[in-house]
Amino acid sequence: MDSALFLNAVVAGLLLAGFYAAVAVGISISFGMLDVVNIAHPGFIILGSYVALMVHQWLGVDPIAISVVLSPLFFVLGMALYRVFYLAFERRGQESLRGLAFFFGILFITEVVLILIYGVDYQLVKTAYSETVWRLGEVGFPLRLLVPCVVSVVMVLGVQLFLNRTFFGRAVLAVSQDQLALRIMGVNPVKVKELAFALSIATAGVAGAFLIVIQPVQPSIGREFIGLAFAICVLGGLGSLYGTLVGAVILGVAESFTATYFGPSWAPAVSFGLLLLTLAFRPAGLFGR
Amino acid sequence: MDRSKRRWLSRAGALAVTVGLGVAVAQAQDIKIGCGMALTGGLAANGKAALISMEIWADDVNKKGGLLGRQVKLICYDDQTNPATIPGIYTKLLEVDKVDLVVSGYGTNLIAPAMPIVMQRGLMFMTLFGLDVNAKFKYDRYFQIMPAGPSPAFDWSRGFFDAAMSLSPKPTTVALVGADAEYPWAALAGAREHAKKLGLKVVYDKTYPPNTVDYSPIVRAIQATNPDLVFLASYPPDTAGMVRAANEVGLKTKMFGGGLVGTQFAAFKTQLGPLLNGVVNYEFWTPEVAGKLPFVSTFLVKYQARAAKEKVDPLGYYLPPYSYAMMEVVGQAVQGTKSLDQKKLAEYIHASEFDTVVGKVRFAKNGEWARGRVMSVQYGGIKSNDLSEFTKPGVNTILWPAEYKTGELKAPFDAFRK
Repeated sequence: MDSALFLNAVVAGLLLAGFYAAVAVGISISFGMLDVVNIAHPGFIILGSYVALMVHQWLGVDPIAISVVLSPLFFVLGMALYRVFYLAFERRGQESLRGLAFFFGILFITEVVLILIYGVDYQLVKTAYSETVWRLGEVGFPLRLLVPCVVSVVMVLGVQLFLNRTFFGRAVLAVSQDQLALRIMGVNPVKVKELAFALSIATAGVAGAFLIVIQPVQPSIGREFIGLAFAICVLGGLGSLYGTLVGAVILGVAESFTATYFGPSWAPAVSFGLLLLTLAFRPAGLFGR
Repeated sequence: MDRSKRRWLSRAGALAVTVGLGVAVAQAQDIKIGCGMALTGGLAANGKAALISMEIWADDVNKKGGLLGRQVKLICYDDQTNPATIPGIYTKLLEVDKVDLVVSGYGTNLIAPAMPIVMQRGLMFMTLFGLDVNAKFKYDRYFQIMPAGPSPAFDWSRGFFDAAMSLSPKPTTVALVGADAEYPWAALAGAREHAKKLGLKVVYDKTYPPNTVDYSPIVRAIQATNPDLVFLASYPPDTAGMVRAANEVGLKTKMFGGGLVGTQFAAFKTQLGPLLNGVVNYEFWTPEVAGKLPFVSTFLVKYQARAAKEKVDPLGYYLPPYSYAMMEVVGQAVQGTKSLDQKKLAEYIHASEFDTVVGKVRFAKNGEWARGRVMSVQYGGIKSNDLSEFTKPGVNTILWPAEYKTGELKAPFDAFRK
């Protein structure tokens, strides 16, 4: 076996996993921890892409740096969205089907607004490092994938540490298990869910900046990643962010190896085959409880 | 109710009936032409540009009095670049909107699903940039405006392989790669025929899912087979992904390109910029042939003014002239037959030559252009990502066909990366 080809496949898979983890982490929070069926998550990822594009065109600043700085804006947007969702649906116990329709509506509205502002043409941000490849022997590290991967891992681990080590984080984990117990302890689960949902939307904004650095985007491209993002969350175990990271690594490396050695058209079959196999032995996913 | 109120009500009723009848008569007089078009989704950038061209045509025709003395009205719905929406859209156009004629949306993937409905009803079907769709349907009322030639799948890559065989020493191996979709399949089928005919050994022949994010494993797998030529058939997002991956991996091959959709539009020309240097691809019009295809330039002035406002491809070298030409063929056929009869229209189109903004067009028996005009171009000398580099001659060397040739192929591909 050609060692350079093998090592490059591993590295490409890991770099890809970084991006996948950033896309999936918000879904893992909203679906896995909060039971909020935020099907509009891809819409917020694309919104993140276009916000990064807009500010980049205006100030010339790196889109990923922009997304980190502007993540509080997405956080506030997430809070507002959850508040509407709670008042209109969740409070009345209508969050399942009507809530799903609500988030579908949000997804379409986001896309249409972006089309009206930017048109339907593909947009891409060229950064200072877009065409740079670091080489370690025969192994290549394209920075347009390496930078998002590093920032993504820091983001996912940071969010997980925050959830594990803070009172708020433990409250988020508790809200997914027993809201009544949380109330008895004097914590308002709605407020906790609002903040946690806002966190998931903030991660979507950052993932959007990664996307527009990695590839050209148009307003409806986000939908293409939703299937894979769900697969990663389920594989890792819904609600476990470490699981999301591990799931992303497994599917990213599997995709890279399949493309390298067997043919890229098999990649989705291998990824979802791995998912089914895992669920057969661990129905809650690798790190699910 | 007193008498005056009753009188007002009866007058209002009479007025409503009159206005209603008037609208109905006006609607009956319009010639309605329906289509699905990619206005959102992956092909929307082109779809919207195509629709603008069709609207420009409708405006031009209506200003001159319409067709058969009736105004033309376009009814087009967004197909979301989703083939699954097509049967519903065409059924609605025919059953609810009662259109007189239908034309296709943009692209092979969106034309093929309309064929069963169109054939079932015996409609004349003008289509926009479908590659070899009629090969399996063999429908005698199918017409296609892309200048691919009478054997579209084969003719599509003729220029690429013709240029390749001019290399010395001649290439002996080829890698074939493309997206899992209708158009790349057809283009790859044509490339396989060329490889067989030319005695080239196919060392890699695979497709990839269109939503792939990182293409570098694919390019590395191709590199591992060490091919002399790499023929790629891709749609816009994967075009960008493959070109960038080829640059990142440092793909070593004599020739790379062939069937990349995307590099013809301003967005991709400017986004990829110097990364395109060395890539060989197809084009339908470039500033280098402006003198030989002057009619296109005339149309582009009209299109570009409108494109800027609508935020679509500001160059319009690729699809817009052909979209306009498609409608010109339909219009000239209606005028020529003085009829909307589908059979007569199809027979007329088969028998006639059409004078359009893309030149004179005659159709072969299978509905494709009787004589193809797909140019094979090598990009080179692109220094920046500025659009102005692409609006004047200099960055495209036309390799094929001979009548438009402006230079020789430069190889290998990796020499452009140094």
